[in-house]
Amino acid sequence: MALSGMRGLSVFISDIRNCPNKEQERLRVDKELGNIRTRFKSEKIAYVKGLTHYEKKKYVWKMLYIHMLGYDVDFGHMEAVSLISAPKYPEKQVGYIVTSSLLNENHDFLRLAINTVRNDIIGRNETFQCLALTMVGNIGGREFSESLAPDVQKLLISSSCRPLVRKKAALCLLRLYRKNPDVVNIDGWADRMAQLLDERDLGVLTSSTSLLVALVSNNHEAYWSCLPKCVKILERLARNQDIPQEYTYYGIPSPWLQVKAMRALQYFPTIEDPNIRRSLFEVLQRILMGTDVVKNVNKNNASHAVLFEALALVMHLDAEKEMMSQCVALLGKFIAVREPNIRYLGLENMSRMLMVTDVQDSIKRHQAQIITSLKDPDIRLTLITLSVTSNEKSISLDVVSDAFDFCIRRRALDLLYGMCDVSNAKDIVEELLQYLSAADFAMREELSLKAAILAEKFAPDLSWYVDVILQLIDKAGDFVSDDIWFRVVQFVTNNEDLQPYAAAKAREYLDKPAIHETMVKVSAYLLGEYSHLLARRPGCSPKEIFSVIHEKLPTVSTTTIPILLSTYAKILMHTQPADPELQKIVWAIFNKYESCIDVEIQQRAVEYFALSRKGAALMDILAEMPKFPERQSALLKKAEDAEVDSAEQSAIKLRAQQQMSNALVVTDQRPANGAPQTVGELSLVKIPSMSGDQHASTDQGLSQANGTLTTVDPQPASVDLLGDLLGPLAIEGPPGASVQFEPNTVSGLEGVPSAADYAAIVPVGEQTNTVQPIGNINERFYALCLKDSGVLYEDPNIQIGIKAEWRAHQGRLVLFLGNKNTSPLVSVQALILPPVHLKIELSLVPETIPPRAQVKCLELVQCPLELMNLHPSRDVAVLEFSYKFGTNMVNVKLRLPAVLNKFLQPISVSAEEFFPQWRSLSGPPLKLQEVVRGVKPLSLIEMTNLFNSFRLSVCPGLDPNPNNLVASTTFYSESTRPMLCLIRIETDPADLTQLRMTVASGDPTLTFELKEFIKEQLVSIPTASRPPAPAPPAAQPTNPAALTDPGALLAGLL
Amino acid sequence: MIQFVLLISRQGKVRLTKWYSPYTQKERSKVIRELSGVILNRGPKLCNFVEWRGQKVVYKRYASLYFCMCIDQDDNELEVLEIIHHFVEILDRYFGSVCELDLIFNFHKAYYVLDEILIAGELQESSKKTVARLIAAQDSLVETAKEQASSISNIIAQATNRRKQSNGSCPIVNGRWLTKLHFPRHSLTEL
Repeated sequence: MALSGMRGLSVFISDIRNCPNKEQERLRVDKELGNIRTRFKSEKIAYVKGLTHYEKKKYVWKMLYIHMLGYDVDFGHMEAVSLISAPKYPEKQVGYIVTSSLLNENHDFLRLAINTVRNDIIGRNETFQCLALTMVGNIGGREFSESLAPDVQKLLISSSCRPLVRKKAALCLLRLYRKNPDVVNIDGWADRMAQLLDERDLGVLTSSTSLLVALVSNNHEAYWSCLPKCVKILERLARNQDIPQEYTYYGIPSPWLQVKAMRALQYFPTIEDPNIRRSLFEVLQRILMGTDVVKNVNKNNASHAVLFEALALVMHLDAEKEMMSQCVALLGKFIAVREPNIRYLGLENMSRMLMVTDVQDSIKRHQAQIITSLKDPDIRLTLITLSVTSNEKSISLDVVSDAFDFCIRRRALDLLYGMCDVSNAKDIVEELLQYLSAADFAMREELSLKAAILAEKFAPDLSWYVDVILQLIDKAGDFVSDDIWFRVVQFVTNNEDLQPYAAAKAREYLDKPAIHETMVKVSAYLLGEYSHLLARRPGCSPKEIFSVIHEKLPTVSTTTIPILLSTYAKILMHTQPADPELQKIVWAIFNKYESCIDVEIQQRAVEYFALSRKGAALMDILAEMPKFPERQSALLKKAEDAEVDSAEQSAIKLRAQQQMSNALVVTDQRPANGAPQTVGELSLVKIPSMSGDQHASTDQGLSQANGTLTTVDPQPASVDLLGDLLGPLAIEGPPGASVQFEPNTVSGLEGVPSAADYAAIVPVGEQTNTVQPIGNINERFYALCLKDSGVLYEDPNIQIGIKAEWRAHQGRLVLFLGNKNTSPLVSVQALILPPVHLKIELSLVPETIPPRAQVKCLELVQCPLELMNLHPSRDVAVLEFSYKFGTNMVNVKLRLPAVLNKFLQPISVSAEEFFPQWRSLSGPPLKLQEVVRGVKPLSLIEMTNLFNSFRLSVCPGLDPNPNNLVASTTFYSESTRPMLCLIRIETDPADLTQLRMTVASGDPTLTFELKEFIKEQLVSIPTASRPPAPAPPAAQPTNPAALTDPGALLAGLL
Repeated sequence: MIQFVLLISRQGKVRLTKWYSPYTQKERSKVIRELSGVILNRGPKLCNFVEWRGQKVVYKRYASLYFCMCIDQDDNELEVLEIIHHFVEILDRYFGSVCELDLIFNFHKAYYVLDEILIAGELQESSKKTVARLIAAQDSLVETAKEQASSISNIIAQATNRRKQSNGSCPIVNGRWLTKLHFPRHSLTEL
């Protein structure tokens, strides 16, 4: 036996074991390392007496042992590698094993061994082949992959090799394929792979099936021929036909092979052949029904491993409803058992099940059980926990982690989160809230975030939402991020009905003796804004409100004091006529903080003090906050991002991802039976949102506002994409101030109006606006998407021009503001509402734009903007621009043409570059294909021009079909390296309104966004043929000076 | 795919590591440190899966040793749990009622066995008999080489001979040496 001859090694191990402490151990290890180092060194220098193979072997084993203990072994790698080329088996074996354990694929020393390894692989010594294949399979990197793959393939299919070599070759090839998918030539390999699946030896078959799983996960199309074989393997195993005894595991025919075969099947989108489908379902049915819970743990585990894989396959195949509900019933049974593994997996698989439509209802029946899983199953233990908590905190934590299974709870939470919808949101969120105070600390943050998200997503009414969030802050203030309370403030500000309720609630919480600081912040803010609405209620006079808030001041940190100061100022403002006593107290407070060391507090104190002496003018300055623009909730966005990040390339995840992108687009699916409008995602602004799935209400809103517009037919579902994209632009015109846009553009367009027009800015509000824009804002925007300078907006008073420069992921935009009048424009304000993917910095905008100079020249004010693109997205930045002309406040919201294509750089690729790339991006989510209908008919040349102007460089001659178009471009963003994007358009000369589009890039989000972007552009191309919007007759100013073509002047400047 | 295999003792001592994805030495130590913290602190009656850094760790305790395997989110957990048991059974058969000390002093043997069960993080052989046979053949190769330092071809001839002989009942090679060290033995398996 090896060790008996290696006394040195076992002595060393004993020494290490006998070390009384870590320090001694380190000393012993250092001594040994020093010893080995000298031996290796002396060999190199002296040549006196080379180390024998035996000695070398002993030393490298010691090195591996030391490495395993966690010490750095940064020498001697060479010696380990050199043993590989030893002629004898014992040394070679040690060399291979130590090398593969000590090094990883990135070590340079491995390169030295490639030749020896190759010789061993192609040599005729079976045992050497095995050693080499094992090592390459365990650490083979790219270089191995390039130089060894053909030889390994040969071994795998060779008929003269014995199974023990071939099974290793299969897994070795799998490793090489993972490193470099090009090593397997699909054309020739698919048939071989199918042949391999006929293998009788189950060891080889298991390895080959693993290889197949990897191959089909990248490209299932090439391996269709393997599908029936997998089903056959399953049948063979399920019937226990021809399975040697040694391959049954606790009476189950190789559970691992069963799992692998079913895993491979999940990568094929569907099974078309009815016969194969039938026999597969027979097997699945047998597994589903025939798996019993038995006493033996291992048998149980193995049979349930197979069962859960079968469940996944059934879900993937979209089986008949009957089978599905059978699965749900099984899972329902699992989540109720005590056995923790099965329970965990039951919960996890139920979450996956949620992605299958039409079983949600049956899952909901298990809601109570899931909630039990979330909560403590053992009441006795909870009591212990509670009693200990009061004495000593640290002990209580220990008991908690011992008593609960954190993993199971998290699964239960995930599942509840996933299954929540409008029908059960109230129950689930309330359960979560209730559980919050008992939950272990590690989970509270996630729990409160999820509760907040669900409350926002599915609130049946807004007051409930406010209740939930306030409770959340109350119970777990430490875990409630600022985003959550900001969001409440946004909702309350934008919904007048909610304001008194929220203020009253905030007042109630303030009565509690000890409240969390976040609660102080939110209630102070709400009461500052809306406490006057409560004035008639008992205990709500300004003075009482003030004193109840002021009580909290000593307990809060410096970040909260500014909020309190604002609240005091607002309370003062609302107290009309002024209450001298209150005024005196507040002034005293302002005075006190005038010399505060914190700049923010100091500034506020000084300013509020000065302002509050202005008397009635205070009313204007400290008026209620205006409504917030509608935006996607930061929380929801965060949640979605997190989900996308974790998505991996697997059958189940792919499906999830597809669903995700739907969710991103349609924001919220309403129940099909048309539930009342109040249910569903909260809308920040009370006017009907413009997103596509709310057309009915939009129309209603329109006709109410104008009284003229007739109902427009709801758009087909595909239009939702655009609706949502432009959704954020839906604005509410503040009465009497908003810019009026042509209400007739919608009906004035020829043919079917495009979706963009529906979603574009439409008039809502009263008809008292006086300033009309000149020209069509949409057209101007689209034109600017294609070019870098031009006019963004124009009305009788002002013209806004834009000039942009783009470099990789950065951009610089200059806004030119030109006053067309002879008097100055005042109160100019510009605010950028950037989407999350853009970082925009706007330099200071002057408050006044001076009047046109005497000469025929516009005085232009320049406002530079710096942009940075963080990641691909089609969202558009919005410029909110307002100014005052005479007594009219004009307020416009304009989309900034900082769109996706601005971050593209055209690049032309040759056929040699294009095709390998195209092939390597082999399917969703990296490559997406879609048939687009309702395309604006364009000739191929027109389309080429359009593409080129989008910075998609059309590469002629790449596609053999002259009706097709191939384009390429590079996308730049901060988060990724430059990404090559490839686009192929297949047109149908007989019907120009439809085409098939394929987009591929190295990033799933980018592919999706780019595809949608191009689609939008193709569906709603801004054409010159569009009739110019009719000039609004009433609002044209009579000032002739304004008509001296300022556009030309501007154009000259740009 | 199994990303790595880790054997740690109740005291947090590492008994075996095998990495199927490239980790640097630094990352390896970090993983071991973090994971032992997570696993060793878990109570006895909890589930055998831990979600960790976007991956899952399937672990099982046998006597004083924790066997851990880290897998991808979507892999089949129970399947891997039984790979662990499969590994332990083979060790048990090889060492003859294996205990932690066997694995300490014969850590290299454990590596040989593992290499016959897993390659590239995938299960290679599910027959205990076959694995036992192959390990026995390797051992006899080493023995033979020691006995006679003759040419390679000679060794191979002998090895194949032995393999044929050993085809019948599976021999557990030479489990005796350990008794010489006089350590108490505790069985690892929970059979």
